[in-house]
Amino acid sequence: MRHVMFAIGVWLGLTASGLSALEIEERKRYPGTSDAILRILSTADLAAFEPIILRFQTERPDIAIDYVVASSADVFAAIKDGEDFDLVISSAMDLQFQLANDGLAKPYISDATSALPTWARWRDLVFAFTSEPAVTVISTARFAGLRLPTTRQELIAVLRENPERFAGAIGTYDVRVSGLGYLFATQEARSSDAFWRLSEVMGRLNPQLYCCSGQMIDDVSQGRLAIAYNVLGSYAAQRLEAPEAQGMQILELEDYANVMLRTALIASTSDAEAAAGAFLDVLLREGLREDRGQWVLPPLRSQADDDALSFGPIRLGPALMVYLDPLNRRAFVESWESAMEQQN
Amino acid sequence: MTPSGSIGRRLTVLLACVAALLSVLSWSMVSSFARQAAERTQDNILAASATTIAEALRSEGDEIRLELPYAAFSMLGAISQDRVFYHVDVDGQTLTGYSDLAPDLETPAPGQISFGTVTYRQATLRMVSITRVVLAGADPVPVTVSVAQTRDGISAIATDLSRTAALLCVAFFVLAVVLSAFVARSSLNQLTTVAEAVARRGPSDLRPLRDRAPTELAPLIQSLNRFIDRLGTSLRRSEEFITEAAHRVRTPLATVRAQAEVALHSARGDEEKGRLRRMIRAIDESSRSAGQLLDHATVAFRADSLAHDAIDLAVIARTVTSALEPTAEMKDIAIELASETVIVRGDGVLLESALRNVVDNAIKYSSPDTTVRIGVSADGAQAQVRVVDEGPGLGAGPFDRFTERFHRGDNAEGVVGSGLGLTIANEVLVAHGGHIVLAQNEEGRGACVTLCLPLASGLA
Ligand SMILES: Nc1ncnc2c1ncn2[C@@H]1O[C@H](COP(=O)(O)OP(=O)(O)OP(=O)(O)O)[C@@H](O)[C@H]1O
Ligand SMILES: [Mg+2]
Repeated sequence: MRHVMFAIGVWLGLTASGLSALEIEERKRYPGTSDAILRILSTADLAAFEPIILRFQTERPDIAIDYVVASSADVFAAIKDGEDFDLVISSAMDLQFQLANDGLAKPYISDATSALPTWARWRDLVFAFTSEPAVTVISTARFAGLRLPTTRQELIAVLRENPERFAGAIGTYDVRVSGLGYLFATQEARSSDAFWRLSEVMGRLNPQLYCCSGQMIDDVSQGRLAIAYNVLGSYAAQRLEAPEAQGMQILELEDYANVMLRTALIASTSDAEAAAGAFLDVLLREGLREDRGQWVLPPLRSQADDDALSFGPIRLGPALMVYLDPLNRRAFVESWESAMEQQN
Repeated sequence: MTPSGSIGRRLTVLLACVAALLSVLSWSMVSSFARQAAERTQDNILAASATTIAEALRSEGDEIRLELPYAAFSMLGAISQDRVFYHVDVDGQTLTGYSDLAPDLETPAPGQISFGTVTYRQATLRMVSITRVVLAGADPVPVTVSVAQTRDGISAIATDLSRTAALLCVAFFVLAVVLSAFVARSSLNQLTTVAEAVARRGPSDLRPLRDRAPTELAPLIQSLNRFIDRLGTSLRRSEEFITEAAHRVRTPLATVRAQAEVALHSARGDEEKGRLRRMIRAIDESSRSAGQLLDHATVAFRADSLAHDAIDLAVIARTVTSALEPTAEMKDIAIELASETVIVRGDGVLLESALRNVVDNAIKYSSPDTTVRIGVSADGAQAQVRVVDEGPGLGAGPFDRFTERFHRGDNAEGVVGSGLGLTIANEVLVAHGGHIVLAQNEEGRGACVTLCLPLASGLA
């Protein structure tokens, strides 16, 4: 049909075929005392995840672990292509949901999964083990003399009134590159029209676009950015504890907060379900712990996150598939680009 | 009579079976309704979702555009955690969604919604398709939106409801069984009422049953009444027969005796007189024997269904005394009666006959000019009638044999008798739950015969 422009081969979910180029960012093997090996494909970097792996190995020293870190899109594509992994851990809950919906996850039931609140699991296939809010980190110096905004309305006003101060100094995710950024942006666009107005305002101030939370926070701490909008709260909290983070603080925006669930699932191709299940149990027990504890990743519910959680985490459900649809993605990205790139 | 099972139990079991059947039936109906309702709910949600998507279709120039509405998918996740698949088809080509989702499903006519159940990726899906015609430029293009969902959620809901329904049906069944037992018992109560009415009757109460009874029992009561009627007739016949027989035997004997007396008066020779005397004696013996035999038959007959009338033994004793007074006077024997009111339950005719036989013996075997003492008294739960005479007494040895039929003592020689008197008395007392005590008179000579029988309970 000449009238219709079709989305052909664009969408990861439906037309994935051929070899996936799994771009491995980090990889480490933890030998075990037996032949059993558990292959984990994850988006969480080793630094954050190693404590859990070591804890697991004190419980189950017999199981060797092969931990592979990749971007959320790559993780999704690899599992879609049937790559041989047992446990899939990702911060992109929409992509994880899509994998489970499409039948690429194996059901798993244990005491730990039953202990999860219902919003933290879907069909015994996808299990959340952290809840992490999106936060805004600001450079204290750059905000000197300004009243700190408490809502997005006020943030918009502050940015509008001080263009010279914030021009080129606003950082946020590039939704075209970052799955997590796309998830945060779409969910925010859905819950408030302030998002588009904020994007318009940012777009006029020559925003810096990032792939990852870490770099954004780095740039705030080094004074290159005044605001890092929508960074992962867990990373921010971790950085703020460091001594060199003197000039940074988290901006409390009270109107709403997006809370993302970090999820795990057992791949349908897995032949080490028992080991994957055991690891999942360790992960979920960690997620259900009461206090923040030692681990950098926050638990599903903790005192500190309660404010953010009162808005409710992003729901694990078919609605997550809406923004994964290539047509919706194209439309959203078009709108986002026209808002963000007014001066480019 | 060996009982052939209980009607009540059978009724209860039958009612319980009916209840069980109804329970199972209603459970299966509720379950299937629940499933249907759940399925319809899912169909409605799927239809709403597909409609929402179809309404979001728009054209921009020659191009058909679609931005999936968030609500279309969030509503699918609202009631269950079911897997969701969708497909938007523009004139045979995939616009978006799962392109391999049920490709050969018939597309509905524009404006129509079609429902179907398909298998996709090893899962059974409920699928809804809706077709809308969208203008792309100048050309109308049919666009089919299909939304499908697994059915685990509705299965879970239906199973849940079905389990609840099962519990309710079991409760209903238990209640029905209890009620059945109650109903069976209360309907059978009427039967018991009739049975009790029959059981309460005295043995001589042969009136037909007139109690109000349910129609179902009318045939039973009718047959019972007919039976009572027949029984009454046959009883009357037996009584008539006994009277008749006694009459038949005694009348000719009386005639013969009268003739023999006449002959005795006109007889000359001592030898002839002696022969006639012996003849008269034999006739007396026969007559007495006939009378006692008939009495004995009466006892056997009446004792079978003993009456339970309240009888004052003092009255019996007076009747017997006055009846035998003339006989005693002939021998110059005095009868002393010391009595108080003592009530027993039984058959007056029989008790009188028993006492008459005992007093008769006392008079018969005593020598002239003596006294026979009759005492009626109550002692604890026992009534006593004591007859003491000053005659020769019962002799030595066991007295039991005197109650045997036709057994007479050594002292009975020359005394008219049949040897049935004490047998009759004994049988009457045994039939009344009492016994007879034969003993020697403790104060001096003579016999002491005591009739013992239980006092009427609840009466003085
Ligand atoms: N008061 C009594 N004194 C002495 N002997 C008695 C007395 N009563 C009964 N007997 C003895 O017991 C026997 C049995 O008595 P029973 O009354 O059964 O028969 P019966 O008097 O001989 O004949 P009948 O049938 O006419 O009374 C008598 O033959 C008699 O020997
Ligand atoms: Mg006698």
